[in-house]
Amino acid sequence: MRSMVQKLAEHPFMTEFVDEQLELIARGAGEVEFEEGAFLFREHEDADRFYLIVEGSVALKIHVPQTGPVPIQTLSAGQALGWSWMMPPYKWHFDARAFSPVKAIVLDGEYLRRLFQDNSEIGYRFLRRITMVLAERLQATRLQLLDVYQVAT
Amino acid sequence: MNAVLTQVRDNRSNKIEPVDPMTPAPCRVMRRRRENHDTFTLEIAHENGLVGFEFQPGQFNMLYVHGVGEVPISISGDFRKSDRIIHTTRDVGTVTRGLARLRAGDTLGIRGPFGVGWPMRSAEGRNVVIVAGGIGLAPLRPVIYQILAARSHFGQVALLYGARTPEDLLFRREFNAWRRKGIVVHETVDRADGSWRGHVGVVTAMIQKVEFELVGAIGMICGPEVMIRFTVNGLRGRNMAGNDIYVSMERNMKCAVGFCGHCQYGPEFICRDGPVFPYDRIERLFAIREL
Ligand SMILES: Cc1cc2nc3c(=O)[nH]c(=O)nc-3n(C[C@H](O)[C@H](O)[C@H](O)COP(=O)(O)OP(=O)(O)OC[C@H]3O[C@@H](n4cnc5c(N)ncnc54)[C@H](O)[C@@H]3O)c2cc1C
Repeated sequence: MRSMVQKLAEHPFMTEFVDEQLELIARGAGEVEFEEGAFLFREHEDADRFYLIVEGSVALKIHVPQTGPVPIQTLSAGQALGWSWMMPPYKWHFDARAFSPVKAIVLDGEYLRRLFQDNSEIGYRFLRRITMVLAERLQATRLQLLDVYQVAT
Repeated sequence: MNAVLTQVRDNRSNKIEPVDPMTPAPCRVMRRRRENHDTFTLEIAHENGLVGFEFQPGQFNMLYVHGVGEVPISISGDFRKSDRIIHTTRDVGTVTRGLARLRAGDTLGIRGPFGVGWPMRSAEGRNVVIVAGGIGLAPLRPVIYQILAARSHFGQVALLYGARTPEDLLFRREFNAWRRKGIVVHETVDRADGSWRGHVGVVTAMIQKVEFELVGAIGMICGPEVMIRFTVNGLRGRNMAGNDIYVSMERNMKCAVGFCGHCQYGPEFICRDGPVFPYDRIERLFAIREL
């Protein structure tokens, strides 16, 4: 059976870490599976986890009064999910719902925050990776906001 | 290379007749299909017994609506069905609205096909990634038909297609058939309501879903210019070379044969030297706001 360190090493989010670092990260990691339609987390709940999606897709939805849940983004295998565990108030801003059966690695948010404080090298690399993901998502959001398929007037 | 069709076969006499590229040939709408709220597809045949619409994927015709005007519209149909020419158009303004009003039996004028299309030859034997946004799938559909007609001549093929909403996604009824024949299709929309079961996000985010090697692959992109720019960046992020990435520049043009200069930039006429260009060659064009 493959160890958690190996599984972490295979996830695209973790490519920049060396084995000793992965071993420390693995101590706060577990594996989870969700059936289609299950919630990985819900808006306003405590944000205490970070997910690395290994299989399947997850829809991020925000609840709009009168309209109901509106899908805003779909994340798939190879992507990371959730950063609200990094900063106060540690609450989820969205619902995350399995769009198909999902397998993921789940990392404990509080454990990671402590690890980053004790081991600034890991903290730096982790935040660097997260920043790259956030920058990509910010670009994508800007592109979405531009509404490029609208007819120019 | 100037790809203007200068001759056509006359059905009655079976003779090859010369055609003046500036004179629209009389044609008739045989069928009209509504694709969504603003986009429609016309199947058009020659009047006067002329047959044969030969074209390369990525080429366009100038469609002339009597009393309204003329617009360049790409060919969106299958090259093997050459007795009818197929155009998919989005109603955005005066002439395209004129086209939208046409029904089966109505007449219009066509000149073409014009322009240099997609690099089908150089794509042979290589992986291919096709990225389309909105109406941009129309000029790329002939590429897909050509690949499907000779599937083994190409490597792995992916179509990444994005549109504004689920209802704006064109040709969805064909996607499953394309998938069965070995094309990976990822569709996504910028916005959707709770009833949409598909992917939400910009089309550039789909690039990371392509599991095959993109180094040495050919890329073909058509869509709004902002989307093209972001897509090129995404493909370069997968180490594709700028001269392996082809884009279609669908900016305004008038004569379509490189006479009038309306769409000229430096040495290039988009109508004659394009609309499809390797990105390297026209990168500087993207910095120019109006042509
Ligand atoms: C080579 C080529 C191939 C094309 N293929 C297709 C196709 O397959 N299907 C299709 O629906 N359209 C296609 N177009 C775009 C189409 O030609 C234009 O939408 C059309 O010319 C608009 O004319 P109009 O009189 O309807 O609109 P206008 O009244 O002239 O303009 C209405 C609005 O559309 C905008 N507009 C006009 N032309 C363009 C353009 N080229 N690109 C972006 N915005 C424009 C104007 O800025 C204005 O806001 C193609 C264009 C080119 C150059």
